[in-house]
Amino acid sequence: MLEGILLGLQTAFSVKMLLMVIGGCLIGTFIGMLPGLGPMSIIAIMIPVAISIGDPSAALILLAGVYYGAIFGGSTSSILINAPGVAGTVATSFDGYPMARQGKAGKALTIAAISSFAGGTIGAVLLMGFAPALASVALLFHSAEYFALMVVGLSAIAAFAGNGQVMKALAMTLLGLMLATVGESALYNEPRFTYGFLNLQSGIGFITLAMAMFALPEAFYLMLDPSRSKSQSEQDSEIKDLRITKEEAKKIAPVIGRQSVLGFLIGVLPGAGATIASFLGYAVERNLVSKEEQKEFGKGSIKGLSAPETANNAACSGSFVPLLTLGIPGSGTTAILLGALLALNVTPGPRLMVDQPEIFWSVIISMYIGNLVLLVLNLPLIPYIAKILTVPRSYLIPFIMFFTLMGVYIGQNNAAELLILIGLGTMATVFRFAGYPLAPLLIGFILGPMMENNFSRSVQLFDGVSFLWERPMTGALLALAVFLVILPTLKQSIAARRERRRFTAEGD
Amino acid sequence: MTLERGLALLFLMLAALYGYTAFFEMDANLPPFAKNSSVWPSTFPKVISAIGVFVGISLLMSSLKQSAEESQLLMSELKGYQYTPVLIFIVMMAVYALMLRPAGFITTSIAFLSIGAIILGERRYATLAIISTIFTVGIWYLVQEVLGIFLKPWPAFIAG
Repeated sequence: MLEGILLGLQTAFSVKMLLMVIGGCLIGTFIGMLPGLGPMSIIAIMIPVAISIGDPSAALILLAGVYYGAIFGGSTSSILINAPGVAGTVATSFDGYPMARQGKAGKALTIAAISSFAGGTIGAVLLMGFAPALASVALLFHSAEYFALMVVGLSAIAAFAGNGQVMKALAMTLLGLMLATVGESALYNEPRFTYGFLNLQSGIGFITLAMAMFALPEAFYLMLDPSRSKSQSEQDSEIKDLRITKEEAKKIAPVIGRQSVLGFLIGVLPGAGATIASFLGYAVERNLVSKEEQKEFGKGSIKGLSAPETANNAACSGSFVPLLTLGIPGSGTTAILLGALLALNVTPGPRLMVDQPEIFWSVIISMYIGNLVLLVLNLPLIPYIAKILTVPRSYLIPFIMFFTLMGVYIGQNNAAELLILIGLGTMATVFRFAGYPLAPLLIGFILGPMMENNFSRSVQLFDGVSFLWERPMTGALLALAVFLVILPTLKQSIAARRERRRFTAEGD
Repeated sequence: MTLERGLALLFLMLAALYGYTAFFEMDANLPPFAKNSSVWPSTFPKVISAIGVFVGISLLMSSLKQSAEESQLLMSELKGYQYTPVLIFIVMMAVYALMLRPAGFITTSIAFLSIGAIILGERRYATLAIISTIFTVGIWYLVQEVLGIFLKPWPAFIAG
């Protein structure tokens, strides 16, 4: 193994490779900031460039750089304008955007950069150590377990529901699941819930829904309530506040430690990936903190920002495990990478580590370099990126709307999708008036298809729903999900009972 | 009727319509060979709609219990909002969506950005025109020329 690492170091530290990493990171960051172009589409666009390089190590390093850059770029637009362009950065906007609203945009971006760096680097270390062993564990997960894992992911909604709001969060999750079933079904390709509209046949796009749930209502709110947009001078002074204090660093250090391991492990499971890792990371950290801190979640908690960012990046490293060791792509992005690998005449699988060690190890080494380059390049750029927020309101609002419309249009090339966006965005704003949380809707929408496919497959395999209790791991995961949903209600009733007892005791 | 109650009712109706389609209409399109399968395309939607109706009813119940004060508080907050610009923007976005293809990306985008900013109180027309033109052309160049995603720039009578 040591030989392999040295070989990888030798390959990765040549001038050409370093240039590849730097170039890839820069391209990824800047294009990733445009909502509508996630890592998947950017990598797909870069594939012809990568293939024309010819050298598989160089091509992979370039693509890996683009991948990391794009994820960081996506976090930037989530934090600054509440427009997450990628499913994996949706959880980042929950606390990142409120921080930006409080004038701490610079700090939020710094925390995001540092968390991403730590998550990615620790993930790469874990990848080096455990890749072969983890690959065999991931194979133990069958469709029944995946279904249960999705249910656990959905029960993370309990994390978004305040007191007595569990039903509202549940309703939004169900609405997300319903929207996810619109279009052709995976089983027998039957068109479902299209109600005669041809444009619904291909379903509703993820970008469309993400923009309709986050960016549009936010832009509407900025107009509804002019006091939300601060004066320019006020913001200018606060943006310089980039540094993280010692106490803050102490606060997020354990979060980063936990979430890099958890994120990595979830990333290893094919199909789970960065999105679930970020949602679960957010939910786990919210449940771990004290009650005082819990109130800050969703209002600009640095822990709530750091957790999904770390988990998301660790999961990206984790998703390379099944790709490189089994040849199974765990996510859309790694599937595209697999395509690129095959085009470069590299066949990932158990033999890769033995037959072409220089490729395997140079990719892993390039992960470290990529993460480091990203940190070094982006930290000095943050004050300039954060300046976006000082743009006056009369420019900012039309530009946000233009970005959402354009992001949806270039992804789908369909004007009807824009009308769907406007309709859903207006509906989301009205729901937000009454205090319905919008994030669960998007989570339900993202996890819905995966959940249904795994559910259907398990039902077919077991000829019924007996897998729910016959497989111990499925049962355990489902029990965990139920526990997560009733936990807030349980906590509340215990607190109420304690209060009452104290009251009666004082009365005596 | 308060907003809370209205939305709970809306959700319940959506879930019921969804459930009606899943239970009574979808299975008619099922190919005959699939009838023996243990899972149909309608299985999962049926489960969701059942839970949905339950959640909808309990939301409606809790909205009925809501005190008058609470709904008053929400209403007074909603009354303080400025709705006119939002409505104008919704109409503008719909027009943008419909005009994008016939009129081309650059034309419609410059118009959208400029009119939007003017509605929100921007009065430096020359600066505005320059910024929105540079921005639109820049984005168009990036998307069309660098990334290779086709975006029709001009109306049909110019591009021919």
